Amino acid sequence: MTDTSLTPQRFFSEKFGIAKESLGRILGGALGKAADDGDIYFEYLVGESISLEDGVVKKASKSISQGAGVRAMAESRTGYGYSDDITIENLALAARTAHAIASETNKSGALAVGQAAQTPHDLYPVHTFPTDVPAEAKIDLLLQIDRIARAYDPRITKVFASLGSTQKIVLVATAEGLVVGDILPLVRLSVSCIAEDGSNRQTGSHGGGGRYEFTTLLADNRFEHFAREAARQAIVNLDAVEAPAGYFDVVLGPGWPGVLLHEAIGHGLEGDFNRKKVSAFSGRIGERVAAPTVTVVDDGTLPGRRGSLNVDDEGTPTGRTVLIENGILRGYLQDRLNARLMGLPLTGNGRRESYAHIPMPRMTNTFMLAGESDPEDIIRSVKHGLYAVNFGGGQVDITNGKFVFSASEAYLIEDGKVTRPVKGATLIGNGPDVLTRVSMVGNDLQLDEGVGTCGKDGQSVPVGVGLPTIRVDGMTVGGTQR
Amino acid sequence: MGIEHELARDLLAKVRRQGATEADILVVETDSSSTQVRLRDIESLKSAQERRLHLRVMFGHSAAATSTSDFSMQALDRLVDETCTLGRATASDDYLGLPNAESMVASVPDLGLFDEAAQALDVDEKIALVQRAEAAALDYDPRITNSEGAGLDTHFSQIIYANTHGFVGEYRTSSFNLAVSPIAEVGGAMQRDSWYGVSRHFKHLEDPEVIGTTAAKRALRRLGARKIPTQEAPVVFDPEMAASLLRTLAGAVSGTSIYRGSSFLLNRLGQQIAAEAVTVIDDGTIPGALGSRPFDGEGLPTRRTVVVEHGVLQSYLLDTYCARRLGLISTGNAARDAAGISVGAANFYLVPGTSTPDEIIGSVKSGLYLTELIGFGVNLLTGDYSRGAVGLWIENGELTYPVEEITIAGNLNDMLRHIDMVGNDLVFRGRTAAPTLKIGRMTIAGN
Repeated sequence: MTDTSLTPQRFFSEKFGIAKESLGRILGGALGKAADDGDIYFEYLVGESISLEDGVVKKASKSISQGAGVRAMAESRTGYGYSDDITIENLALAARTAHAIASETNKSGALAVGQAAQTPHDLYPVHTFPTDVPAEAKIDLLLQIDRIARAYDPRITKVFASLGSTQKIVLVATAEGLVVGDILPLVRLSVSCIAEDGSNRQTGSHGGGGRYEFTTLLADNRFEHFAREAARQAIVNLDAVEAPAGYFDVVLGPGWPGVLLHEAIGHGLEGDFNRKKVSAFSGRIGERVAAPTVTVVDDGTLPGRRGSLNVDDEGTPTGRTVLIENGILRGYLQDRLNARLMGLPLTGNGRRESYAHIPMPRMTNTFMLAGESDPEDIIRSVKHGLYAVNFGGGQVDITNGKFVFSASEAYLIEDGKVTRPVKGATLIGNGPDVLTRVSMVGNDLQLDEGVGTCGKDGQSVPVGVGLPTIRVDGMTVGGTQR
Repeated sequence: MGIEHELARDLLAKVRRQGATEADILVVETDSSSTQVRLRDIESLKSAQERRLHLRVMFGHSAAATSTSDFSMQALDRLVDETCTLGRATASDDYLGLPNAESMVASVPDLGLFDEAAQALDVDEKIALVQRAEAAALDYDPRITNSEGAGLDTHFSQIIYANTHGFVGEYRTSSFNLAVSPIAEVGGAMQRDSWYGVSRHFKHLEDPEVIGTTAAKRALRRLGARKIPTQEAPVVFDPEMAASLLRTLAGAVSGTSIYRGSSFLLNRLGQQIAAEAVTVIDDGTIPGALGSRPFDGEGLPTRRTVVVEHGVLQSYLLDTYCARRLGLISTGNAARDAAGISVGAANFYLVPGTSTPDEIIGSVKSGLYLTELIGFGVNLLTGDYSRGAVGLWIENGELTYPVEEITIAGNLNDMLRHIDMVGNDLVFRGRTAAPTLKIGRMTIAGN
């Protein structure tokens, strides 16, 4: 049922009757003479969530969010007005709010805004948006997941699964007179299980998704894998012993443990924190912050990935930014405001949760490039340590650089062998030096399966991470066993 | 505002015509503003009007929920159609349904949640207030060298709830949040901290100078933080961290966690789950409080619920669905979100004890005074708890040097039972509040 000729321009002009000429007039009003930059952002989002518990699907919800905002920037100031009732009158009102900031600026003389270098990508062409797939097909998928997870082991007593789908249509009118739009599909499947053995009860969870079709979840046994992984982790945790407490060598498995990079260095390299000099990485471009084997990039151009974007939320095409090259700090992630103030190029990382939020520099897909070590050799090299393969969330204090991330599946390494599973534990480290202690980088780079959501200053955006197996010589592990 | 009532009745009639047996509607309208200042200059100004309609329909015992910010007639008609289609596709669950008609709140009490006068605040007043708060931090000490800024957020909301029992109720709320995040620096090492005030009435907001200087003191006391050796030791939770622990408890006593079997407090009603000194109450009826509301997300009156009394688990927090499923009665804790109804605590607090914070710190020979937790290392099913921590080290009953890059770990079952001391310093700063408390022993991981 998808209209293949749907374009963001046509969608917004037909739905709200707002012509390109009026956008120019409204933006002109917001910017006046004193503003350096600004934009108008339109968003229309359809979200759907269908979930399973007790072996049946009895919860389904759908939401529609629409709105538009007008932004003006003058020097380091931002004015922003928005409304969810998209009319010329409300846009003009929002423009007045935005303009208030510019009119308070004493200095005029507009700074140059970096130009978008390339045309937008086409990273997620879909025939049928996940939100347009009938509920029956999704319910059937969830019921299959329930059966697969329960069949994994009779000790699996509860299965929860949910399927979230969104379609987002955005349009940005920039100060240069460009009108750039995008239509973004996103699908995410989450499975969690409870395993019981007598009074011992444990959980496991897994999931994945991306900017692709619903049917992609059905291909290559993808959803079966998610279901079995959730069940497997719950069963593994039934045998978990207390996690150790103290300072240990840690081996991180490939894929989702890349959340380490997101917390330890990614946030600290966002342009806003560095312009304000409040990041532990401020002023350190060109310095060694990691072992020579470590190269880390942020890449928003990977087809179909959860963290990917054709253009960022300011209309800049996304790119691949080298953050750390052979251990040397190379670059920051930028939005228009911070790139302009720092005199640095745009990187396509200006993102916002919705029309109700002001863009900020944010990550897309952040990962470490593969090295040369055999993952087996990496584990064999550790005498006594922790092998962590699955994680929950993480957090960082970008000012002092301390970060945490919590393992949900981990094992002891004893004399070079993976032995007993241990209970979940939080790992804590210092961003600017943790990567200097990466002594081995595996040849097995994996990207995560598409579950990550990053929170910053109250704004959530989907992101991706990736990592090869790595060895970190010493991290604090927050278990209870001494 | 009459328009929303009419709209709600109209939509309820439409879903009835499509065969729905029950339905309810919540409309939330919010005017908000955000005023950010950094290094004494305006950083951003934001203002917005938003409106969202939540619709839930039931066909017998199967249900679906939808919401929209698009109020055009065409969009609302489509929403009704799609909600009904979803509602018919989902499986039946005997426990699903509206509360009984006779249990709806009889009259909507005025809990003093709305500050009419503060709507007149203009942008210059807001900027001046935020500048005062940040300046108080910046001017407090020369080691305050930078700032992540200060901000004032204001919200004015109107909430209307209507259902097919013929119930229509509405109320208005306001809230004001002033926060300052200064950065202290010595020898190139930076520490950030923050402090805030939050209130439903503008005039009750804490003095901006107090907020600013408190934020500065908090950042300064972190300078020179070090790691400590791995050990077992008592941990004193400051009131903010004690409130964080209480939020975890609120999740564990939520009816949703209980019926799903995903809480360590499953099947523990009537049992001793915490130390004798621990009494925890949820109260949605406290006048002017941030977690108060005259009725919950299903139109039921809010109330005061004793959750834990002298360490014994007395009640879960329940909405109608969880209550029916567990064979209990709703505690008026239904909250509304995009996915429909969920359980939400109101004002959830730990009743103060008799010890002063100084007496609690003074009782510790060697241990941690906890001032910040980072990360999400809490497993509600098992009670396993492991989080990044920041604080001050206590030696011989005195706060000494700051510590960081450590974790604290334990199991919530043991932690709650070993709350050895409860402070007398309860202050409501948000919906969840607790006084200083001491946990006898936890594992601290460091060097």
